[in-house]
Amino acid sequence: VELGVLSTQAPSVGLGNGPATATGASTTRRSPAWLGIAPFVIYTVIFLGLPLYEVITGAFTGAEGGTTFSNVSQTFSQPEYLNSFKGSLILAVWTAAAGAIFGTWLAYAVVVSKPTSPLRRIVQTGSGVLAYFAGVPLAFAFIAALGRPGAGVVTDILDSVGIHLYNHGFNIVSIFGLGLCYVYFQVPLMVILITPALEGLRNEWREAAAGLGATSWRYWRHIGGPVLAPPFISSFLLLFGNAFAAYATALALLNGSVNLVPSQIAFALSGNVLVNQTGIGLALGVEMIVVTAIVMILYAVIVRRASRWSSS
Amino acid sequence: MPRQGIRWWRGIILIAALLFFLGPIAAAIRFALEGDNGGTTFANFGAFVSNGDVRSSLYTSLEIGGLTVAVVLLLMVPTVVFVRLRMPRLTILLDTVTILPIVIPPVVMAAGLYALQNNSGKTIQNLLFASPLTALTPFYVILAMPFTYRSLDTGVRAIDLRTLVDAARNLGASWTRVLVSVVLPNIQSAVLGSAFLTLALVLGEVILSRLLLYNTLPVEMISIGDQGTAGVPVALSVESLIFTWGLLLLISFLGRRRGAGRRVRRTERRLARPDSLDTLTSS
Repeated sequence: VELGVLSTQAPSVGLGNGPATATGASTTRRSPAWLGIAPFVIYTVIFLGLPLYEVITGAFTGAEGGTTFSNVSQTFSQPEYLNSFKGSLILAVWTAAAGAIFGTWLAYAVVVSKPTSPLRRIVQTGSGVLAYFAGVPLAFAFIAALGRPGAGVVTDILDSVGIHLYNHGFNIVSIFGLGLCYVYFQVPLMVILITPALEGLRNEWREAAAGLGATSWRYWRHIGGPVLAPPFISSFLLLFGNAFAAYATALALLNGSVNLVPSQIAFALSGNVLVNQTGIGLALGVEMIVVTAIVMILYAVIVRRASRWSSS
Repeated sequence: MPRQGIRWWRGIILIAALLFFLGPIAAAIRFALEGDNGGTTFANFGAFVSNGDVRSSLYTSLEIGGLTVAVVLLLMVPTVVFVRLRMPRLTILLDTVTILPIVIPPVVMAAGLYALQNNSGKTIQNLLFASPLTALTPFYVILAMPFTYRSLDTGVRAIDLRTLVDAARNLGASWTRVLVSVVLPNIQSAVLGSAFLTLALVLGEVILSRLLLYNTLPVEMISIGDQGTAGVPVALSVESLIFTWGLLLLISFLGRRRGAGRRVRRTERRLARPDSLDTLTSS
Protein backbone atom coordinates (compact mmCIF):
# COMPACT_ATOMS: atom_id res chain seq x y z
CA VAL A 1 0.00 0.00 0.00
CA GLU A 2 1.18 3.42 -0.81
CA LEU A 3 1.46 5.66 2.17
CA GLY A 4 -1.64 7.55 1.22
CA VAL A 5 -3.85 4.65 0.47
CA LEU A 6 -5.59 4.51 3.77
CA SER A 7 -6.62 8.08 3.35
CA THR A 8 -8.03 7.41 -0.04
CA GLN A 9 -9.29 10.28 -2.05
CA ALA A 10 -12.30 10.69 -4.22
CA PRO A 11 -12.53 12.71 -7.40
CA SER A 12 -14.22 16.05 -7.43
CA VAL A 13 -17.36 16.48 -9.38
CA GLY A 14 -17.77 19.71 -11.22
CA LEU A 15 -20.95 20.83 -9.54
CA GLY A 16 -19.82 24.25 -8.48
CA ASN A 17 -16.72 25.86 -7.10
CA GLY A 18 -15.87 26.57 -3.53
CA PRO A 19 -18.25 26.47 -0.62
CA ALA A 20 -21.94 26.45 -1.38
CA THR A 21 -23.83 29.67 -1.17
CA ALA A 22 -27.27 28.15 -0.87
CA THR A 23 -27.94 26.04 2.18
CA GLY A 24 -30.29 23.43 0.84
CA ALA A 25 -30.54 21.71 4.17
CA SER A 26 -32.37 24.65 5.68
CA THR A 27 -35.10 24.57 3.07
CA THR A 28 -36.29 21.20 4.31
CA ARG A 29 -38.11 20.28 7.46
CA ARG A 30 -35.43 20.28 10.13
CA SER A 31 -35.29 17.24 12.34
CA PRO A 32 -33.42 17.64 15.62
CA ALA A 33 -29.75 17.68 14.76
CA TRP A 34 -28.73 15.09 17.35
CA LEU A 35 -30.92 12.50 15.63
CA GLY A 36 -28.28 12.02 12.94
CA ILE A 37 -25.58 11.10 15.43
CA ALA A 38 -27.93 8.95 17.54
CA PRO A 39 -27.29 5.57 15.82
CA PHE A 40 -23.55 5.93 16.25
CA VAL A 41 -23.85 7.01 19.88
CA ILE A 42 -26.32 4.24 20.76
CA TYR A 43 -24.20 1.66 18.96
CA THR A 44 -20.94 2.59 20.69
CA VAL A 45 -22.58 2.95 24.11
CA ILE A 46 -23.91 -0.60 23.82
CA PHE A 47 -21.12 -2.47 22.08
CA LEU A 48 -18.09 -0.53 23.29
CA GLY A 49 -19.55 0.81 26.53
CA LEU A 50 -20.95 -2.47 27.86
CA PRO A 51 -17.74 -4.54 27.65
CA LEU A 52 -15.76 -1.60 29.02
CA TYR A 53 -18.26 -1.25 31.87
CA GLU A 54 -17.95 -4.98 32.59
CA VAL A 55 -14.16 -4.75 32.71
CA ILE A 56 -14.09 -1.74 35.02
CA THR A 57 -16.81 -2.87 37.42
CA GLY A 58 -15.53 -6.45 37.44
CA ALA A 59 -12.03 -5.26 38.29
CA PHE A 60 -13.32 -3.58 41.44
CA THR A 61 -15.81 -6.25 42.52
CA GLY A 62 -14.91 -8.94 45.04
CA ALA A 63 -15.76 -12.64 44.80
CA GLU A 64 -18.71 -12.11 47.15
CA GLY A 65 -19.75 -8.87 45.45
CA GLY A 66 -19.15 -5.40 46.88
CA THR A 67 -16.54 -2.89 45.88
CA THR A 68 -12.95 -3.84 46.55
CA PHE A 69 -9.42 -2.98 45.58
CA SER A 70 -8.20 -6.46 46.38
CA ASN A 71 -8.12 -7.56 42.70
CA VAL A 72 -5.92 -4.64 41.77
CA SER A 73 -3.69 -4.98 44.83
CA GLN A 74 -3.26 -8.71 44.17
CA THR A 75 -1.96 -7.98 40.68
CA PHE A 76 0.71 -5.84 42.33
CA SER A 77 1.60 -8.25 45.11
CA GLN A 78 1.67 -11.64 43.38
CA PRO A 79 4.94 -12.28 41.54
CA GLU A 80 3.32 -14.05 38.58
CA TYR A 81 1.35 -10.92 37.68
CA LEU A 82 4.25 -8.57 38.35
CA ASN A 83 6.45 -10.77 36.17
CA SER A 84 3.87 -10.74 33.37
CA PHE A 85 3.96 -6.93 33.39
CA LYS A 86 7.74 -7.03 33.39
CA GLY A 87 7.67 -9.51 30.49
CA SER A 88 5.22 -7.43 28.46
CA LEU A 89 7.13 -4.20 29.07
CA ILE A 90 10.52 -5.71 28.19
CA LEU A 91 9.11 -7.32 25.03
CA ALA A 92 7.39 -4.09 23.96
CA VAL A 93 10.47 -1.97 24.65
CA TRP A 94 13.02 -4.09 22.80
CA THR A 95 10.83 -4.85 19.79
CA ALA A 96 9.84 -1.18 19.55
CA ALA A 97 13.50 -0.14 19.83
CA ALA A 98 14.61 -2.67 17.21
CA GLY A 99 11.71 -1.66 14.96
CA ALA A 100 12.44 2.05 15.42
CA ILE A 101 16.18 1.75 14.76
CA PHE A 102 16.05 -0.64 11.79
CA GLY A 103 12.92 1.05 10.42
CA THR A 104 14.59 4.47 10.46
CA TRP A 105 17.77 3.03 8.95
CA LEU A 106 15.79 1.33 6.16
CA ALA A 107 13.64 4.40 5.56
CA TYR A 108 16.73 6.61 5.36
CA ALA A 109 18.43 4.23 2.93
CA VAL A 110 15.39 4.68 0.72
CA VAL A 111 14.91 8.42 1.22
CA VAL A 112 18.44 9.21 0.04
CA SER A 113 17.75 7.41 -3.23
CA LYS A 114 16.36 9.30 -6.19
CA PRO A 115 12.63 10.09 -5.89
CA THR A 116 12.04 8.16 -9.10
CA SER A 117 13.97 5.05 -8.09
CA PRO A 118 11.99 1.78 -8.09
CA LEU A 119 13.57 1.00 -4.71
CA ARG A 120 11.48 3.73 -3.11
CA ARG A 121 8.29 2.36 -4.57
CA ILE A 122 9.09 -1.22 -3.61
CA VAL A 123 9.92 -0.37 0.00
CA GLN A 124 6.90 1.90 0.42
CA THR A 125 4.46 -0.62 -1.03
CA GLY A 126 6.19 -3.47 0.80
CA SER A 127 5.97 -1.64 4.14
CA GLY A 128 2.29 -1.02 3.60
CA VAL A 129 1.51 -4.67 3.08
CA LEU A 130 4.01 -6.11 5.58
CA ALA A 131 2.69 -3.94 8.40
CA TYR A 132 -0.54 -5.93 8.00
CA PHE A 133 1.22 -9.29 8.13
CA ALA A 134 0.72 -10.12 11.79
CA GLY A 135 -1.02 -12.48 14.10
CA VAL A 136 -1.66 -16.14 13.29
CA PRO A 137 -0.29 -16.25 9.71
CA LEU A 138 2.91 -14.49 10.79
CA ALA A 139 3.47 -16.97 13.61
CA PHE A 140 3.04 -19.92 11.25
CA ALA A 141 5.42 -18.41 8.69
CA PHE A 142 8.09 -18.10 11.39
CA ILE A 143 7.44 -21.66 12.56
CA ALA A 144 7.91 -22.82 8.95
CA ALA A 145 11.13 -20.83 8.65
CA LEU A 146 12.83 -21.17 12.02
CA GLY A 147 11.14 -24.20 13.56
CA ARG A 148 13.19 -27.01 15.11
CA PRO A 149 15.75 -28.82 12.92
CA GLY A 150 14.07 -31.16 10.47
CA ALA A 151 11.01 -28.92 10.31
CA GLY A 152 12.18 -25.32 9.91
CA VAL A 153 13.20 -24.56 6.33
CA VAL A 154 15.70 -21.81 7.22
CA THR A 155 16.92 -23.73 10.26
CA ASP A 156 17.82 -26.65 7.98
CA ILE A 157 19.52 -24.42 5.42
CA LEU A 158 21.64 -22.86 8.20
CA ASP A 159 22.39 -26.32 9.60
CA SER A 160 23.72 -27.42 6.22
CA VAL A 161 26.22 -24.56 6.21
CA GLY A 162 27.33 -25.29 9.75
CA ILE A 163 25.25 -22.84 11.75
CA HIS A 164 23.30 -24.90 14.30
CA LEU A 165 20.86 -22.41 15.80
CA TYR A 166 19.17 -24.87 18.11
CA ASN A 167 22.50 -25.93 19.63
CA HIS A 168 22.94 -22.39 20.88
CA GLY A 169 19.70 -22.26 22.82
CA PHE A 170 17.63 -20.71 20.07
CA ASN A 171 14.01 -21.74 19.83
CA ILE A 172 11.33 -20.01 17.79
CA VAL A 173 8.74 -21.14 20.33
CA SER A 174 10.02 -18.75 23.00
CA ILE A 175 9.58 -15.17 24.07
CA PHE A 176 12.61 -14.22 21.97
CA GLY A 177 11.09 -15.92 18.93
CA LEU A 178 7.90 -14.02 19.60
CA GLY A 179 9.88 -10.78 19.68
CA LEU A 180 11.44 -11.68 16.35
CA CYS A 181 7.91 -12.00 14.91
CA TYR A 182 7.01 -8.60 16.38
CA VAL A 183 10.05 -6.98 14.77
CA TYR A 184 8.67 -8.28 11.47
CA PHE A 185 5.70 -5.91 11.66
CA GLN A 186 7.36 -3.19 13.76
CA VAL A 187 10.00 -2.36 11.12
CA PRO A 188 7.54 -1.71 8.24
CA LEU A 189 5.33 0.27 10.62
CA MET A 190 8.32 2.45 11.54
CA VAL A 191 9.17 2.95 7.86
CA ILE A 192 5.63 4.22 7.25
CA LEU A 193 5.71 6.47 10.31
CA ILE A 194 9.18 7.99 9.95
CA THR A 195 9.44 8.43 6.16
CA PRO A 196 7.52 11.76 6.06
CA ALA A 197 9.86 13.18 8.73
CA LEU A 198 12.97 11.99 6.86
CA GLU A 199 11.65 13.48 3.64
CA GLY A 200 11.23 16.75 5.54
CA LEU A 201 14.97 16.99 6.17
CA ARG A 202 15.99 19.57 3.59
CA ASN A 203 19.07 19.06 1.55
CA GLU A 204 19.74 22.80 1.91
CA TRP A 205 20.19 22.42 5.69
CA ARG A 206 22.96 19.91 5.17
CA GLU A 207 24.57 22.06 2.51
CA ALA A 208 24.31 25.17 4.67
CA ALA A 209 25.83 23.32 7.61
CA ALA A 210 28.63 21.97 5.42
CA GLY A 211 29.18 25.43 3.98
CA LEU A 212 29.66 26.78 7.49
CA GLY A 213 32.23 24.04 8.11
CA ALA A 214 30.13 21.53 10.04
CA THR A 215 31.13 17.89 9.93
CA SER A 216 28.56 15.18 9.29
CA TRP A 217 28.50 14.44 13.02
CA ARG A 218 27.83 18.07 13.92
CA TYR A 219 25.07 18.24 11.34
CA TRP A 220 23.30 15.28 12.96
CA ARG A 221 24.04 16.50 16.47
CA HIS A 222 22.67 20.01 16.00
CA ILE A 223 20.25 19.89 13.06
CA GLY A 224 19.16 16.46 11.86
CA GLY A 225 18.90 14.91 15.31
CA PRO A 226 16.81 17.59 17.00
CA VAL A 227 14.47 17.82 13.99
CA LEU A 228 13.98 14.05 13.89
CA ALA A 229 13.70 13.52 17.65
CA PRO A 230 9.97 14.28 18.11
CA PRO A 231 8.74 12.10 15.21
CA PHE A 232 11.18 9.36 16.22
CA ILE A 233 9.98 9.34 19.83
CA SER A 234 6.30 9.52 18.92
CA SER A 235 6.70 6.67 16.43
CA PHE A 236 8.54 4.65 19.07
CA LEU A 237 5.60 5.18 21.41
CA LEU A 238 3.18 3.85 18.78
CA LEU A 239 5.36 0.78 18.22
CA PHE A 240 5.55 0.26 21.97
CA GLY A 241 1.76 0.43 22.32
CA ASN A 242 1.38 -1.85 19.33
CA ALA A 243 3.58 -4.54 20.87
CA PHE A 244 2.26 -4.09 24.39
CA ALA A 245 -1.34 -4.69 23.31
CA ALA A 246 -0.57 -7.51 20.87
CA TYR A 247 -1.63 -11.06 21.68
CA ALA A 248 -2.66 -12.88 18.48
CA THR A 249 0.90 -13.81 17.48
CA ALA A 250 1.66 -15.11 20.98
CA LEU A 251 -1.52 -17.15 20.91
CA ALA A 252 -0.52 -18.88 17.68
CA LEU A 253 3.21 -19.24 18.37
CA LEU A 254 3.20 -20.22 22.03
CA ASN A 255 -0.44 -21.15 22.53
CA GLY A 256 -0.54 -18.26 24.97
CA SER A 257 1.81 -20.06 27.37
CA VAL A 258 4.20 -17.19 27.89
CA ASN A 259 4.22 -14.82 30.83
CA LEU A 260 2.73 -11.70 29.27
CA VAL A 261 -0.18 -9.66 30.63
CA PRO A 262 -2.62 -10.74 27.86
CA SER A 263 -1.95 -14.42 28.54
CA GLN A 264 -2.47 -13.87 32.27
CA ILE A 265 -5.81 -12.24 31.44
CA ALA A 266 -6.83 -15.11 29.17
CA PHE A 267 -5.65 -17.64 31.75
CA ALA A 268 -7.46 -15.95 34.63
CA LEU A 269 -10.69 -15.89 32.65
CA SER A 270 -10.64 -19.38 31.24
CA GLY A 271 -8.94 -21.03 34.20
CA ASN A 272 -11.37 -20.22 37.01
CA VAL A 273 -9.43 -22.49 39.33
CA LEU A 274 -8.97 -20.01 42.12
CA VAL A 275 -11.47 -17.75 43.79
CA ASN A 276 -12.39 -14.69 41.75
CA GLN A 277 -9.80 -15.24 39.08
CA THR A 278 -12.12 -13.33 36.76
CA GLY A 279 -11.82 -10.23 38.93
CA ILE A 280 -8.03 -10.40 38.74
CA GLY A 281 -8.13 -10.86 34.97
CA LEU A 282 -10.32 -7.79 34.62
CA ALA A 283 -8.07 -5.80 36.98
CA LEU A 284 -5.12 -6.67 34.71
CA GLY A 285 -7.28 -5.47 31.82
CA VAL A 286 -7.85 -2.10 33.47
CA GLU A 287 -4.12 -1.77 34.09
CA MET A 288 -3.42 -2.54 30.42
CA ILE A 289 -5.86 0.19 29.39
CA VAL A 290 -4.10 2.62 31.75
CA VAL A 291 -0.69 1.82 30.21
CA THR A 292 -1.88 2.18 26.60
CA ALA A 293 -3.82 5.34 27.49
CA ILE A 294 -0.68 6.92 28.99
CA VAL A 295 1.31 5.95 25.88
CA MET A 296 -1.33 7.42 23.55
CA ILE A 297 -1.56 10.65 25.57
CA LEU A 298 2.23 11.04 25.48
CA TYR A 299 2.07 10.39 21.74
CA ALA A 300 -0.59 13.07 21.26
CA VAL A 301 1.36 15.59 23.36
CA ILE A 302 4.58 15.07 21.40
CA VAL A 303 2.82 15.22 18.03
CA ARG A 304 1.04 18.42 19.03
CA ARG A 305 4.20 20.10 20.34
CA ALA A 306 6.17 19.08 17.26
CA SER A 307 3.50 20.25 14.82
CA ARG A 308 3.55 23.69 16.43
CA TRP A 309 6.81 24.57 14.74
CA SER A 310 7.36 21.98 12.04
CA SER A 311 4.18 22.54 10.03
CA SER A 312 5.04 23.60 6.55
CA MET B 1 21.31 13.37 -2.18
CA PRO B 2 23.09 10.20 -3.35
CA ARG B 3 26.64 10.37 -2.12
CA GLN B 4 29.58 8.10 -2.66
CA GLY B 5 30.74 7.47 0.89
CA ILE B 6 27.46 6.19 2.23
CA ARG B 7 26.86 3.23 -0.04
CA TRP B 8 27.86 0.39 2.32
CA TRP B 9 25.37 1.15 5.08
CA ARG B 10 22.60 1.30 2.53
CA GLY B 11 23.62 -2.04 1.09
CA ILE B 12 23.70 -3.72 4.52
CA ILE B 13 20.21 -2.67 5.55
CA LEU B 14 18.65 -3.31 2.16
CA ILE B 15 20.04 -6.85 1.91
CA ALA B 16 19.21 -7.60 5.57
CA ALA B 17 15.66 -6.35 5.03
CA LEU B 18 15.28 -8.40 1.87
CA LEU B 19 16.35 -11.60 3.68
CA PHE B 20 14.42 -10.91 6.86
CA PHE B 21 11.16 -10.03 5.14
CA LEU B 22 11.13 -12.45 2.24
CA GLY B 23 12.75 -15.35 4.14
CA PRO B 24 9.75 -16.38 6.27
CA ILE B 25 7.36 -16.03 3.31
CA ALA B 26 9.53 -18.14 1.02
CA ALA B 27 10.06 -20.67 3.82
CA ALA B 28 6.31 -20.87 4.46
CA ILE B 29 5.61 -21.60 0.79
CA ARG B 30 8.36 -24.24 0.69
CA PHE B 31 7.13 -25.76 3.95
CA ALA B 32 3.51 -25.97 2.82
CA LEU B 33 4.49 -27.59 -0.49
CA GLU B 34 6.24 -30.47 1.27
CA GLY B 35 4.28 -33.75 1.29
CA ASP B 36 4.41 -36.44 3.97
CA ASN B 37 6.87 -38.54 1.97
CA GLY B 38 9.14 -35.63 1.15
CA GLY B 39 7.69 -34.98 -2.30
CA THR B 40 6.00 -31.82 -3.49
CA THR B 41 2.26 -31.56 -3.12
CA PHE B 42 -0.41 -28.91 -3.35
CA ALA B 43 -2.69 -30.82 -0.97
CA ASN B 44 -2.10 -28.40 1.92
CA PHE B 45 -3.17 -25.47 -0.21
CA GLY B 46 -6.46 -27.19 -1.02
CA ALA B 47 -7.36 -27.72 2.64
CA PHE B 48 -9.94 -24.96 2.69
CA VAL B 49 -11.97 -27.05 0.25
CA SER B 50 -11.01 -30.62 1.16
CA ASN B 51 -10.92 -30.30 4.95
CA GLY B 52 -14.45 -30.02 6.36
CA ASP B 53 -13.41 -28.31 9.62
CA VAL B 54 -11.34 -25.70 7.81
CA ARG B 55 -14.12 -25.16 5.29
CA SER B 56 -16.77 -24.55 7.92
CA SER B 57 -14.50 -22.22 9.94
CA LEU B 58 -13.66 -20.28 6.79
CA TYR B 59 -17.36 -20.05 6.03
CA THR B 60 -18.02 -18.70 9.54
CA SER B 61 -15.27 -16.11 9.17
CA LEU B 62 -16.49 -15.00 5.75
CA GLU B 63 -20.06 -14.74 7.02
CA ILE B 64 -18.97 -12.59 9.95
CA GLY B 65 -16.74 -10.59 7.60
CA GLY B 66 -19.53 -9.80 5.16
CA LEU B 67 -21.94 -8.85 7.91
CA THR B 68 -19.32 -6.71 9.68
CA VAL B 69 -18.55 -4.81 6.48
CA ALA B 70 -22.27 -4.16 5.96
CA VAL B 71 -22.82 -2.91 9.52
CA VAL B 72 -19.65 -0.78 9.46
CA LEU B 73 -20.69 0.99 6.26
CA LEU B 74 -24.36 1.40 7.27
CA LEU B 75 -23.30 2.88 10.58
CA MET B 76 -20.25 4.95 9.65
CA VAL B 77 -21.02 6.47 6.24
CA PRO B 78 -24.21 8.31 7.33
CA THR B 79 -22.57 9.32 10.62
CA VAL B 80 -19.46 10.78 8.98
CA VAL B 81 -21.51 12.58 6.32
CA PHE B 82 -23.95 13.91 8.89
CA VAL B 83 -21.24 15.22 11.21
CA ARG B 84 -19.36 16.89 8.33
CA LEU B 85 -22.54 18.49 7.07
CA ARG B 86 -24.55 19.47 10.08
CA MET B 87 -22.46 19.20 13.24
CA PRO B 88 -18.76 19.65 12.47
CA ARG B 89 -18.25 20.46 16.13
CA LEU B 90 -18.89 16.81 16.92
CA THR B 91 -15.78 15.82 14.94
CA ILE B 92 -13.83 15.88 18.18
CA LEU B 93 -16.30 13.41 19.74
CA LEU B 94 -15.91 11.01 16.82
CA ASP B 95 -12.13 11.43 16.85
CA THR B 96 -12.05 10.54 20.53
CA VAL B 97 -14.55 7.68 20.51
CA THR B 98 -13.00 5.99 17.50
CA ILE B 99 -9.56 6.06 19.12
CA LEU B 100 -10.83 4.05 22.11
CA PRO B 101 -10.63 0.65 20.38
CA ILE B 102 -6.89 1.30 19.99
CA VAL B 103 -6.48 2.25 23.64
CA ILE B 104 -8.41 -0.84 24.76
CA PRO B 105 -6.29 -3.86 23.75
CA PRO B 106 -8.28 -6.63 21.99
CA VAL B 107 -7.62 -9.03 24.85
CA VAL B 108 -9.23 -6.59 27.29
CA MET B 109 -12.21 -6.21 24.96
CA ALA B 110 -12.42 -10.00 24.92
CA ALA B 111 -12.28 -10.05 28.72
CA GLY B 112 -15.15 -7.56 28.88
CA LEU B 113 -17.18 -9.72 26.51
CA TYR B 114 -16.41 -12.78 28.58
CA ALA B 115 -17.66 -11.03 31.73
CA LEU B 116 -20.71 -9.78 29.85
CA GLN B 117 -21.45 -13.29 28.68
CA ASN B 118 -21.22 -14.63 32.23
CA ASN B 119 -23.20 -11.88 33.91
CA SER B 120 -26.00 -11.40 31.41
CA GLY B 121 -29.41 -12.98 31.62
CA LYS B 122 -31.03 -15.52 29.35
CA THR B 123 -32.36 -12.92 26.94
CA ILE B 124 -28.98 -11.46 26.06
CA GLN B 125 -27.48 -14.95 25.99
CA ASN B 126 -29.96 -16.02 23.33
CA LEU B 127 -29.94 -12.73 21.50
CA LEU B 128 -26.20 -12.20 21.33
CA PHE B 129 -24.08 -15.16 22.27
CA ALA B 130 -26.01 -18.03 20.72
CA SER B 131 -24.09 -17.87 17.42
CA PRO B 132 -20.66 -16.53 16.45
CA LEU B 133 -22.34 -14.29 13.90
CA THR B 134 -24.29 -12.27 16.48
CA ALA B 135 -21.65 -12.60 19.20
CA LEU B 136 -18.64 -11.35 17.25
CA THR B 137 -19.96 -9.06 14.49
CA PRO B 138 -21.06 -6.15 16.72
CA PHE B 139 -17.67 -6.04 18.41
CA TYR B 140 -15.63 -6.45 15.22
CA VAL B 141 -17.46 -3.35 14.02
CA ILE B 142 -16.04 -1.55 17.06
CA LEU B 143 -12.52 -2.90 16.39
CA ALA B 144 -12.77 -1.67 12.78
CA MET B 145 -13.87 1.84 13.77
CA PRO B 146 -10.45 3.52 14.14
CA PHE B 147 -9.46 3.01 10.51
CA THR B 148 -12.92 3.01 8.90
CA TYR B 149 -13.76 6.34 10.50
CA ARG B 150 -10.48 7.93 9.47
CA SER B 151 -10.62 6.56 5.94
CA LEU B 152 -14.22 7.69 5.39
CA ASP B 153 -13.62 11.05 7.03
CA THR B 154 -10.63 11.71 4.76
CA GLY B 155 -12.72 10.66 1.75
CA VAL B 156 -15.56 12.99 2.70
CA ARG B 157 -13.20 15.89 3.41
CA ALA B 158 -11.73 15.56 -0.07
CA ILE B 159 -15.02 16.25 -1.84
CA ASP B 160 -17.19 19.34 -1.86
CA LEU B 161 -19.81 17.58 0.20
CA ARG B 162 -22.08 20.56 0.88
CA THR B 163 -22.41 21.56 -2.77
CA LEU B 164 -23.09 17.99 -3.84
CA VAL B 165 -25.72 17.44 -1.17
CA ASP B 166 -27.38 20.82 -1.71
CA ALA B 167 -27.56 20.27 -5.45
CA ALA B 168 -29.10 16.84 -5.01
CA ARG B 169 -31.53 18.03 -2.37
CA ASN B 170 -32.62 20.98 -4.50
CA LEU B 171 -33.34 18.58 -7.32
CA GLY B 172 -35.67 16.73 -4.98
CA ALA B 173 -33.56 13.74 -3.94
CA SER B 174 -34.37 12.07 -0.63
CA TRP B 175 -31.62 11.73 1.98
CA THR B 176 -31.27 8.03 1.21
CA ARG B 177 -30.97 8.84 -2.46
CA VAL B 178 -28.40 11.54 -1.71
CA LEU B 179 -26.29 9.09 0.29
CA VAL B 180 -26.54 6.20 -2.15
CA SER B 181 -26.44 7.94 -5.53
CA VAL B 182 -24.43 11.08 -4.81
CA VAL B 183 -22.16 10.71 -1.80
CA LEU B 184 -21.22 7.02 -2.09
CA PRO B 185 -19.94 7.14 -5.70
CA ASN B 186 -17.79 10.12 -4.78
CA ILE B 187 -16.14 8.47 -1.80
CA GLN B 188 -15.97 5.10 -3.52
CA SER B 189 -12.32 4.39 -2.89
CA ALA B 190 -12.58 5.34 0.79
CA VAL B 191 -15.60 3.05 1.12
CA LEU B 192 -13.86 0.16 -0.65
CA GLY B 193 -10.72 0.73 1.41
CA SER B 194 -12.70 0.55 4.66
CA ALA B 195 -14.55 -2.53 3.47
CA PHE B 196 -11.39 -4.42 2.49
CA LEU B 197 -9.49 -3.57 5.65
CA THR B 198 -12.49 -4.56 7.75
CA LEU B 199 -12.68 -7.88 5.93
CA ALA B 200 -8.95 -8.45 6.47
CA LEU B 201 -9.35 -7.63 10.16
CA VAL B 202 -12.21 -10.09 10.60
CA LEU B 203 -10.46 -12.91 8.75
CA GLY B 204 -7.40 -12.50 10.99
CA GLU B 205 -9.06 -11.81 14.33
CA VAL B 206 -8.38 -14.58 16.80
CA ILE B 207 -8.35 -13.16 20.32
CA LEU B 208 -12.06 -12.52 20.82
CA SER B 209 -13.19 -15.63 19.00
CA ARG B 210 -10.74 -17.89 20.82
CA LEU B 211 -11.59 -16.60 24.31
CA LEU B 212 -15.33 -16.83 23.59
CA LEU B 213 -14.81 -20.29 22.05
CA TYR B 214 -16.12 -19.66 18.54
CA ASN B 215 -14.47 -21.60 15.74
CA THR B 216 -13.35 -18.99 13.22
CA LEU B 217 -10.62 -19.61 10.63
CA PRO B 218 -7.58 -18.47 12.70
CA VAL B 219 -8.88 -20.39 15.73
CA GLU B 220 -9.12 -23.51 13.55
CA MET B 221 -5.60 -22.87 12.22
CA ILE B 222 -4.22 -22.81 15.76
CA SER B 223 -6.04 -25.97 16.77
CA ILE B 224 -4.75 -27.85 13.71
CA GLY B 225 -1.26 -26.61 14.55
CA ASP B 226 -1.70 -27.91 18.11
CA GLN B 227 -2.29 -31.39 16.72
CA GLY B 228 1.25 -31.31 15.40
CA THR B 229 0.57 -30.90 11.67
CA ALA B 230 1.73 -27.47 10.64
CA GLY B 231 1.46 -28.03 6.86
CA VAL B 232 -2.19 -27.05 6.59
CA PRO B 233 -2.07 -23.95 8.82
CA VAL B 234 1.12 -22.76 7.10
CA ALA B 235 -0.56 -23.16 3.69
CA LEU B 236 -3.59 -21.27 5.02
CA SER B 237 -1.24 -18.55 6.29
CA VAL B 238 0.26 -18.14 2.84
CA GLU B 239 -3.22 -18.03 1.31
CA SER B 240 -4.56 -15.48 3.78
CA LEU B 241 -1.44 -13.43 3.17
CA ILE B 242 -2.01 -13.49 -0.59
CA PHE B 243 -5.69 -12.68 -0.08
CA THR B 244 -4.97 -9.71 2.23
CA TRP B 245 -2.25 -8.38 -0.06
CA GLY B 246 -4.55 -8.74 -3.03
CA LEU B 247 -7.13 -6.61 -1.26
CA LEU B 248 -4.55 -4.02 -0.23
CA LEU B 249 -3.07 -3.79 -3.72
CA LEU B 250 -6.59 -3.45 -5.13
CA ILE B 251 -7.21 -0.49 -2.81
CA SER B 252 -3.92 1.02 -3.92
CA PHE B 253 -4.82 0.46 -7.57
CA LEU B 254 -8.30 1.94 -7.20
CA GLY B 255 -6.90 4.91 -5.31
CA ARG B 256 -4.38 5.61 -8.07
CA ARG B 257 -6.86 5.16 -10.90
CA ARG B 258 -9.30 7.56 -9.31
CA GLY B 259 -6.46 9.91 -8.46
CA ALA B 260 -6.27 11.16 -12.03
CA GLY B 261 -6.98 14.83 -12.52
CA ARG B 262 -5.13 17.89 -11.41
CA ARG B 263 -7.32 19.06 -8.59
CA VAL B 264 -7.51 15.65 -7.01
CA ARG B 265 -3.80 15.22 -7.24
CA ARG B 266 -3.39 18.29 -5.12
CA THR B 267 -5.73 16.82 -2.52
CA GLU B 268 -3.87 13.57 -2.77
CA ARG B 269 -0.59 15.25 -1.99
CA ARG B 270 -2.13 16.98 0.98
CA LEU B 271 -3.56 13.70 2.20
CA ALA B 272 -0.48 11.66 1.42
CA ARG B 273 0.36 11.57 5.09
CA PRO B 274 -2.19 9.26 6.63
CA ASP B 275 -3.08 9.36 10.24
CA SER B 276 -0.33 7.24 11.76
CA LEU B 277 -2.89 5.31 13.77
CA ASP B 278 -4.38 3.81 10.62
CA THR B 279 -1.51 1.41 10.38
CA LEU B 280 -1.94 -0.12 13.81
CA THR B 281 -3.26 -3.61 13.50
CA SER B 282 -4.51 -5.98 16.13
CA SER B 283 -1.46 -8.14 16.08
